[in-house]
Amino acid sequence: MTMFDRYLAFGRRGVEAIQSLGRATLLLFHSSAWGGPGSAGFSDLIKQIHSVGVRSLSIILVAGFFVGMVLGLQGYTILSDFGSEAALGTMVSLTLLRELGPVMTALLFAGRAGSALTAEIGLMKATEQLSAMEMMGVDPLKRVITPRLWAGLIAMPVLALLFSTVGIWGGAFVAVDMLGIDEGAYWGNMQASVDFYEDVVKGIIKSVVFGLVVTWIAVFQGYDSIPTSEGIGKATTQTVVISSLAVLGLDFVLTAVMLGGV
Amino acid sequence: MRMRFVELTVGSFMVMGIIALVLMAFRVSGLSSQTSSNTYVLKARFENLAGLTERAKVSMSGVTIGRVTKVYLDPEWYSAVVEMEIDESMSTLTLDTSASILTAGLLGEKYIGLTVGAEDEFLEDGDWIEDTQSALVLEELIGRFLFNKAEG
Amino acid sequence: MSAAEPYVSIRGMSFSRGDRLIYDAMDVDFPRGKVTAIMGPSGTGKTTLLRLIGGQLLPDSGSVKVDGHNIPQLSRKALFDFRRKNMGMLFQTGALFTDLNVFDNVAFPLRVHTDLPESMIRDLVLMKLEAVGLRGAQQLNPAELSGGMARRVALARAIAMDPEIIMYDEPFTGLDPISMGMIVKLIRGLNEALGLTSLLVSHDIEESCNIADYLCVVSGGKVIGFGSPQELLNEGNDEVKQFLRGDPDGPVPFHYPAPDYQAELLSGGGQ
Repeated sequence: MTMFDRYLAFGRRGVEAIQSLGRATLLLFHSSAWGGPGSAGFSDLIKQIHSVGVRSLSIILVAGFFVGMVLGLQGYTILSDFGSEAALGTMVSLTLLRELGPVMTALLFAGRAGSALTAEIGLMKATEQLSAMEMMGVDPLKRVITPRLWAGLIAMPVLALLFSTVGIWGGAFVAVDMLGIDEGAYWGNMQASVDFYEDVVKGIIKSVVFGLVVTWIAVFQGYDSIPTSEGIGKATTQTVVISSLAVLGLDFVLTAVMLGGV
Repeated sequence: MRMRFVELTVGSFMVMGIIALVLMAFRVSGLSSQTSSNTYVLKARFENLAGLTERAKVSMSGVTIGRVTKVYLDPEWYSAVVEMEIDESMSTLTLDTSASILTAGLLGEKYIGLTVGAEDEFLEDGDWIEDTQSALVLEELIGRFLFNKAEG
Repeated sequence: MSAAEPYVSIRGMSFSRGDRLIYDAMDVDFPRGKVTAIMGPSGTGKTTLLRLIGGQLLPDSGSVKVDGHNIPQLSRKALFDFRRKNMGMLFQTGALFTDLNVFDNVAFPLRVHTDLPESMIRDLVLMKLEAVGLRGAQQLNPAELSGGMARRVALARAIAMDPEIIMYDEPFTGLDPISMGMIVKLIRGLNEALGLTSLLVSHDIEESCNIADYLCVVSGGKVIGFGSPQELLNEGNDEVKQFLRGDPDGPVPFHYPAPDYQAELLSGGGQ
């Protein structure tokens, strides 16, 4: 291929990417509202929250605990150089609530629940279940996609909060039980520095945004996939890659906005 | 039957989330300590705050007895004014109590330290603390040091 | 519409996918109340034809009329309504919903599109399952069914709303002889009993010739033969005859186009 051909191929991929984004936006637009013949209902929402939320609990809780412990350990080594071990509680909780909680939860979610969503929907496409729905006069978007989108949106902030909570207690375990930091110092300083509206609520806002983006990407990749086993495999990989990058990029944007005027 | 199980787990999931939120609110961010105890207000004027912010703690002998609630510039006197809420149980602060802006640890945040004096009467709600010591600003210290050195 | 008028009538229809022209100004009629088998070499787009009739794909030009309605021109809502009332489709894999059991799968169209009480729906579902011989399997999940059984359940689901036309996409492919016999019996039986128009797409010549009233042989984007199996076997053109008899070589050649054999061997390879 000549250099010119390479440029063309690159441009074509850019155009394809923009087309994908367009299809994805249309998908989001048509699936956000409930209702229509044969569409999903509240019990379907519950089922999906179970599938993406409850089933992700084990990995989120375990990961959260370990991350909290590592933060406690590493934080201690760094802070003790400055004689500021008392600030450990503050450090662990702020790091988790503002950043690590929402971001790590989103990344883990993308890997576990996101890829499962993509595979499930891709398989439905490959076995012609989506076509069958169309032929029966039922909109597959409303039946299959809508409950999954909303379930991800709801489950993610809950998971992120649980991650942060478990992490803070993990940090406490390391700090107080292992490193001998005063329990009062850990929690007291934390309470003094963590503001509910500035830190907790903003963390929740971040995780809601991440929830929407990750679930949207996962669902679209499945819906748009080539209906073969290769195609589904490729789609699952893309879900994880694209959502991870999107989460990290959005995190920067959101953090900049939240920390005040960029 | 299976649906029951699913409903149960999802319900518990959401409850866990709410508990985590409540824990965050009270245990972690100290939201409650704002609203629970009874307090009275004291004010003080400082030349330089150098990093003292709202919600900083007010302590005496290392014990936290209150919080800074407002920080603003007085346009008439051109000095910083700090309003703080002191716990009601600490009602025996003498009129000549002094307030200094101190730093917790080397990199720590700024807080207000109170030291009682010897007067008979006590500060009441809305009183001003007269004896104040501003924060030590590093640049001024160095400047003073160099000046002294240059002199003698 | 009188019984003599064709149920599906296609005129001047062209359809291409990407650069490939799949159908080129095609004209064909599918008679009402009869079983017509659509056949042709692999890759000619027989399934695509079913999708065009069902409105899942839009032709580039021409008309596709089903019972007088021009499908490509229907609005999204009108199309969904038309499908719901008149069309049933049996997919190659059955396409049962994996999250529902057999009963709920067949009940699905009834629950979605009608306000019938559950007791009536139950009766209807049992009737349809009885017609395909699977009333006893109503509590099973799709994962527990064999391929043949899954297809029969899908058939019960396709006739749940009593459509006027059913389209079968490769109904015989991959079935053991017994299951195949059952499907053949059902297709024929339902067509008579319910007065349906049945279109089936298949490679299986023997079964298609047994079951169909008419054969429609498609190749190169056009209909190269239409008529009863007997007519085509005796009077059809060479290409049709090759296809129907399964001759490995004829108008559709055995050899993929290649340079002269001797010359290539002697040139000893290399670019």
